[in-house]
Amino acid sequence: MEYQAKELFAKHDVPVTLGIVANTPDEAKVAAEQLGVVVVKAQVKAGGRGKAGGVKLAKTPDEAFEHASNILGMQIKGLTVNRVLIAPAASIEEEYYFSFLLDRANRSYLCIASVEGGVEIEEVAKTNPDAVKQIPIDAGTGVDEAKAREIVAEAGFPEALVEQAVTTVLTLWKVFVEEDATLVEVNPLARLEGDILEALDGKVSLDENAEFRHEDHAAFEDKAAADPLEAKAKEKGLNYVKLDGEVGIIGNGAGLVMSTLDVVAYAGEKHGGVKPANFLDIGGGASAQVMADGLDVILNDAQVKSVFVNVFGGITSCDAVANGIVGALDILGDEASKPLVVRLDGNNVEEGRRILNEKNHPLVTLVDTMDGAADRAAELANAGA
Amino acid sequence: MSIFLNKDSKVIVQGITGGEGTKHTALMLKAGTNVVGGVNARKAGTTVEHTDADGNTVELPVFGTVAEAIEKTGADVSVAFVPPAFTKDAVIEAIDAEIGLLVIITEGVPVQDSAEFWAYAQGKKTRIIGPNCPGIITPGEALAGITPATISGSGPIGLVSKSGTLTYQMMFELRDYGFTTAIGIGGDPIIGTTHIDALEAFEADPDTKAIVMIGEIGGDAEEKAAAYIQAHVTKPVVGYVAGFTAPEGKTMGHAGAIVADGAGTAQGKKEALEAAGVKVGKTPSETAELMREILKGL
Repeated sequence: MEYQAKELFAKHDVPVTLGIVANTPDEAKVAAEQLGVVVVKAQVKAGGRGKAGGVKLAKTPDEAFEHASNILGMQIKGLTVNRVLIAPAASIEEEYYFSFLLDRANRSYLCIASVEGGVEIEEVAKTNPDAVKQIPIDAGTGVDEAKAREIVAEAGFPEALVEQAVTTVLTLWKVFVEEDATLVEVNPLARLEGDILEALDGKVSLDENAEFRHEDHAAFEDKAAADPLEAKAKEKGLNYVKLDGEVGIIGNGAGLVMSTLDVVAYAGEKHGGVKPANFLDIGGGASAQVMADGLDVILNDAQVKSVFVNVFGGITSCDAVANGIVGALDILGDEASKPLVVRLDGNNVEEGRRILNEKNHPLVTLVDTMDGAADRAAELANAGA
Repeated sequence: MSIFLNKDSKVIVQGITGGEGTKHTALMLKAGTNVVGGVNARKAGTTVEHTDADGNTVELPVFGTVAEAIEKTGADVSVAFVPPAFTKDAVIEAIDAEIGLLVIITEGVPVQDSAEFWAYAQGKKTRIIGPNCPGIITPGEALAGITPATISGSGPIGLVSKSGTLTYQMMFELRDYGFTTAIGIGGDPIIGTTHIDALEAFEADPDTKAIVMIGEIGGDAEEKAAAYIQAHVTKPVVGYVAGFTAPEGKTMGHAGAIVADGAGTAQGKKEALEAAGVKVGKTPSETAELMREILKGL
């Protein structure tokens, strides 16, 4: 969110005014009393906040109270606004755009900068693409002062701002590298009265893989906005994404699970249009506990009518998966109440199938092929809907 | 024949004494791989005991550095099972030692580390596969990675995939024909060997008669591969793309599997591949069927 991005900017000496975060209209009013004329800004992880009515100018503390009352609780792109940022109003003379980002296609980094407008950057990119400069960055050498000067010259910052711009570019690069970001965006980077360059709004995307060297990043997570099932899954270390559908999915390996979602969606076309309810990758080790945790999350999804467990035993052997399913059903007991369609293939599949057949659990159906199992799971979901 | 890995490859394991390293060293040996030793700076000078494909006990030496391992054993392939925090250093060490092929199995490597070692690898002698991948297998000859060697034997198909379990699934579906080499290139945003590198090598390999290419949502690797196929690949290619039902903006397991701002969708990738003359299956089994039809006609 904006206020968190600004905190990271401030930490690395990017010119920024933090403002005050308010959770209630009263807090907004108190903040405005301190700051004077302010902008009340919705804090959600989504773009287009201004267009959605989530950013308002308040000339008095009472106006700040009123705007905060309207903005708090508002939905922006499906996200509820739980807090607002009260930022001192600035007199903007010009708006610029600046970002560093991961450039997958070139397996390196890219700087995008434009002195032609900030917030309307997407429009500028369409109507005047030459005004949006893309400057490749070597991941080995990064951005030193010489590179920063090259960026500033290429972008065409006005003469009076060049030195400030060079410093800002270097500090933003520090944010990018030292925070393990995949995106650091300032929009707008503004020229204020008196030729002062300041980051008025920003966005930072952090690399989850780098969390082990950034203990402070956990605090940036927006637990209140997260889906409750996703939050529960995350607590248990599961790789789960909630979707809108009726067939719960458990599989191993990201690619196979994505493929399972597709196959279930195709099967659903023949069975009343049922859809996959989630993405859940239990990874390599499908122990009884992991399977139980996964089933527990999925069975708590009220929309789910059937569950499809699709495992290809690579390193994990199918007997371990079968024992995991049996163990999970024992752990869950009466809480397991929806039909389970299981497809196992690969390493030690005969033993895995034998274990499930022997257990002969009333909720479990074993199907030989992925397509067949998807069809059966969709059929059961449709019947239960 | 095969690509990148064969029965003459001499393989070392970076992280051979760790849990994953130990388990997969055993499986690689069982698959017939000529594993000649491993690296762990803290356990240099010791050995680890394993059993080779013939059931004989082997004592594999543990070296302090990749360079020393290469000097003493003539190794030309390294497989890295190193925790994410130490992966970048391990990769740079292997590049400096001029290993020919480096397979990075590790999942969860910070993407800036990958960007940095990729930049470092430019102009050097090391081919990188991964990170976050199952590695490479030339069935009946050698395995450098974690792909189960028992799924399928040798045959005329070359396979390249972002996903590990979809590699296994496709090998399983087409086990009646078998594979020259199957490579899982990994699902991270920045990887070493790409679809295109593998396609180029399969095109040049006389034993590979047809190619299966498996992609997934995110990035533009499949679109680029489609353009490459149209211009340079004469062998038949069938494709599969996972993630048609993935919603925009949500990461699906693989750090690279995300549809952003409408780019990188499965539909877009399918259309790009079909425009390049690649037959694309809707499901893994349909894709396998398309491949079978092609092989019957050859």
